[in-house]
Amino acid sequence: MSIKKSLMTAGATLSALPIAALAQNQVNMSPGVTRVGAEIYDLHMLIMIICIVIGIGVFGVMLYSIVYHRKSKGYVASQFHESTKVEIAWTVVPFLILIGMAVPATSTLLEVYDNDDAELDILVTGHQWKWRYEYLNAEGENVSFFSNLATPQEEIYNSEAKGEHYLLEVDEPLVIPVDTKVRFLITANDVIHSWWVPEIAVKRDAIPGFINEAWSKVDQEGIYRGQCTELCGSYHGFMPIVVHAVSQDEFQGWMSAKRADKDAQIAASSVDLSLDALMTEGESVYKTQCLACHGGQGEGGVGKAISGSAIAMGDLGVHLDVGIKGVAGTAMQAFGEQLTDVEMAAVITYQRNAFGNNTGDVVQPSDVAQHKQG
Amino acid sequence: MGDHHHGPAKGLSRWLFTTNHKDIGTMYLWFSFAMFILGGTFAMIIRAELFQPGMQLVEPGFFNQMTTLHGLVMVFGAIMPSFVGLANWLIPMMIGAPDMALPRMNNWSFWILPPGFLMLASTLFMEGGAPAFGWTFYAPLSTTYAAPSVTFFIFAIHVLGISSIMGSINIIATIMNMRAPGMTYMKMPLFVWTWFITAFLLVAVMPVLAGAVTMMLMDIHFGTSFFSAAGGGDPVLFQHIFWFFGHPEVYIIILPAFGVVSQVIPAFSRKPLFGYASMVYATAAIAILSFVVWAHHMYTVGMPVAGELFFMYATMLIAVPTGVKVFNWVSTMWRGSLSFETPMLFSIGFLVLFTIGGFTGLMLSIAPADFQYHDTYFVVAHFHYVMVAGAVFSMTSAVYFWLPKWTGRMYNETMGKVHFWISFVGFNVTFFPQHFVGLAGMPRRVPDYALQFADFNMMSSIGAFVYGASQIMFLYNVIATIVSGEKVSDEQVWDGAEGLEWTLPTPAPYHTFEVPPKIEATPAHG
Ligand code: HEM
Ligand SMILES: [Cu+2]
Repeated sequence: MSIKKSLMTAGATLSALPIAALAQNQVNMSPGVTRVGAEIYDLHMLIMIICIVIGIGVFGVMLYSIVYHRKSKGYVASQFHESTKVEIAWTVVPFLILIGMAVPATSTLLEVYDNDDAELDILVTGHQWKWRYEYLNAEGENVSFFSNLATPQEEIYNSEAKGEHYLLEVDEPLVIPVDTKVRFLITANDVIHSWWVPEIAVKRDAIPGFINEAWSKVDQEGIYRGQCTELCGSYHGFMPIVVHAVSQDEFQGWMSAKRADKDAQIAASSVDLSLDALMTEGESVYKTQCLACHGGQGEGGVGKAISGSAIAMGDLGVHLDVGIKGVAGTAMQAFGEQLTDVEMAAVITYQRNAFGNNTGDVVQPSDVAQHKQG
Repeated sequence: MGDHHHGPAKGLSRWLFTTNHKDIGTMYLWFSFAMFILGGTFAMIIRAELFQPGMQLVEPGFFNQMTTLHGLVMVFGAIMPSFVGLANWLIPMMIGAPDMALPRMNNWSFWILPPGFLMLASTLFMEGGAPAFGWTFYAPLSTTYAAPSVTFFIFAIHVLGISSIMGSINIIATIMNMRAPGMTYMKMPLFVWTWFITAFLLVAVMPVLAGAVTMMLMDIHFGTSFFSAAGGGDPVLFQHIFWFFGHPEVYIIILPAFGVVSQVIPAFSRKPLFGYASMVYATAAIAILSFVVWAHHMYTVGMPVAGELFFMYATMLIAVPTGVKVFNWVSTMWRGSLSFETPMLFSIGFLVLFTIGGFTGLMLSIAPADFQYHDTYFVVAHFHYVMVAGAVFSMTSAVYFWLPKWTGRMYNETMGKVHFWISFVGFNVTFFPQHFVGLAGMPRRVPDYALQFADFNMMSSIGAFVYGASQIMFLYNVIATIVSGEKVSDEQVWDGAEGLEWTLPTPAPYHTFEVPPKIEATPAHG
């Protein structure tokens, strides 16, 4: 044990050297902020150090040969070969070393798989290309929201300087309490994604039609960042994960605020809004959700043109259907769950009146709610 | 068979209709080099985009097409056919046979390859673009969500698979039936042994790959739901089938490379291979184990813990026979009389870098740790150490080693050595830092990345350009040798080389061993 410990400190010092030299360039796995993460890190260091020691032995012998057993130095080859004893030794010894590795690996793995007795369940759903979080609540309504990449296109396409958390920032992070066993139920809506946050030691594939379990118990408050780690289409590199681990009190406060928000939303959807209010709100929703595909002037792109569109100027029911349910098999997603009824009403109103569409139609949140009910 | 004593036919028909193992071997080798350049071009596009954070050159969707085609072209177009070419040239010469057992099929197995790759490459110009779902093409990204060109991809895979199966049946038939009298199995050179075992792996798993793509075809066009939960199927089923092919596939790639190194190291150590028999058994052990470890690529899909444990233990076990191989090569060098011509340099490069790849393989086999490694650049570093520094370095070593025997001309040794050192440094500058960014949290298959990964990525890109450029020197050296290389003065070429191929005249005549050679009573390998 003490040998293992001192080897590890040696390894840690070694790996700290390049860090110092290259400032912020991390070169090693992070032990993170969970017990399991620390165990995984120890396992990683242990195996790496065993490999390095064996490597030094093997390469040392080889290097000695390369330096001293040269034809150019007149070294005459000995013709020895075959030795059953040696062969048995270098089969059995590695086997024993492997058993030594398998023991801690097994116990850590069993811990990773111990999903029982969670104090909080969160449903994580991968979408092309964003995450949706839903806090499961046995007593009342679930709180849920989408978490989108917050890095602006201008930074990605280099017309603006990149911020500190370039590509690792979202509009709304996942919030979890510290010192609490949180269970993640992970699934996907379309293709396979994978939910990974290195510092809280969770990586699990999000598979459409199936639910995977994983858990984490975070020791330290902080902000932890991760990314999707299963190729999921064009914007696979652009669906980060941000986790805010907060104190339990803070978490309760956040949760009540979220619930209140939700109630407010429900209340808001029964209030009628003016055309102006709808247009202002609609424009901002259009910019964040629709513009990338439908163009700044509704001229189209990946998606069809909105300006002059038969749908945006025709039957309202069809227009709402497209917005809420999407168009299967195309890039047009179902926005029904991602937008509140107010937002949906606003953006539909906006599309029907902007870009020269001028239908004069006003769609109210209550129309959306009614349409959703069918 | 009157024309047997003549030389080759003239013009294009020589190549189109040839049944000569040397001609076919040559075509395989040139074809695979062309694919190496094509796949390399895709890699240069990838590294150019990743040179700096931010999107500069290509769009994310096109980037994914590049990573996909890079992987497919390198695995199926460059590495696999190059070793088939080597097998064609060498197996008959090594076992004292006049040609391959099934020469007409041999012609076919080569000639269906170029149309197959043409079909694959043509997807780049199709509506919706080329396949963009990675060389592992996981469903449903590769089925319901794929561009229409996926159908062409499926047929291309079928064609390559048929070619591989025909090629390996031919190799098995040749080795079983065409050995010269006295060439018993345990006297065969290791390169023949490793290919013999590889051919069985190919025959066993290529049909599985064919099954996987056929199921995709059905899901896409005929309304089945093998890989869709909505219809009662399972996307993870795809991964099980793919990796049941895929893991043996990585050994299909590396076993012939082991064979090459096992010929080259003894030759330049002027000393017999330390343990011939144990090398044969280790190869067989690796091949058998390779069938029961596939799910180590799938530790994060949510398998039951018993499954995880089984696949973890089985994968760790592979380190034992792999270790036996490495120890054997090193012991062969020990107290030899070493010299460092280009083939030896590439084989030593192989030995060092493959061993590093083996170590990271062992790290990856540890399931709980793999939860942190999986699908990061750490895995990318691992498999480039085993596939590029493993398979490609070994192949390069083979070309330098046998080229003088094939052509009767010597390559430029200085240029060869320079090629080695540039490749060696370029390779490590490219791939070593990828271990770091992977451990620090950079996922693979992303067109853009966070700022803390910037320095190492730039380093990687610079290394890649250097490694890529050094291949042009290789091409030049090979062509210059063929056209105007100095004639080999010593028929034996390398003083330490053993085996029947070296007993032939130099350059090796068009037809060899029409009369079977006599094999000495003492085993060639001791
Ligand atoms: C000691 C021997 C080896 C062990 C224990 C080993 C283990 C592993 C493991 C566990 C993975 C999965 C990592 C992950 O995705 O998280 C992996 C990936 C991979 N290995 Fe190895 N490996 C070994 C040797 C090789 C060799 C010889 C080759 C090929 C020449 C190879 C090629 C690959 C490839 C291509 C992948 C990645 C496939 C992909 O996801 O695209 N490995 N290896
Ligand atoms: Cu594998």
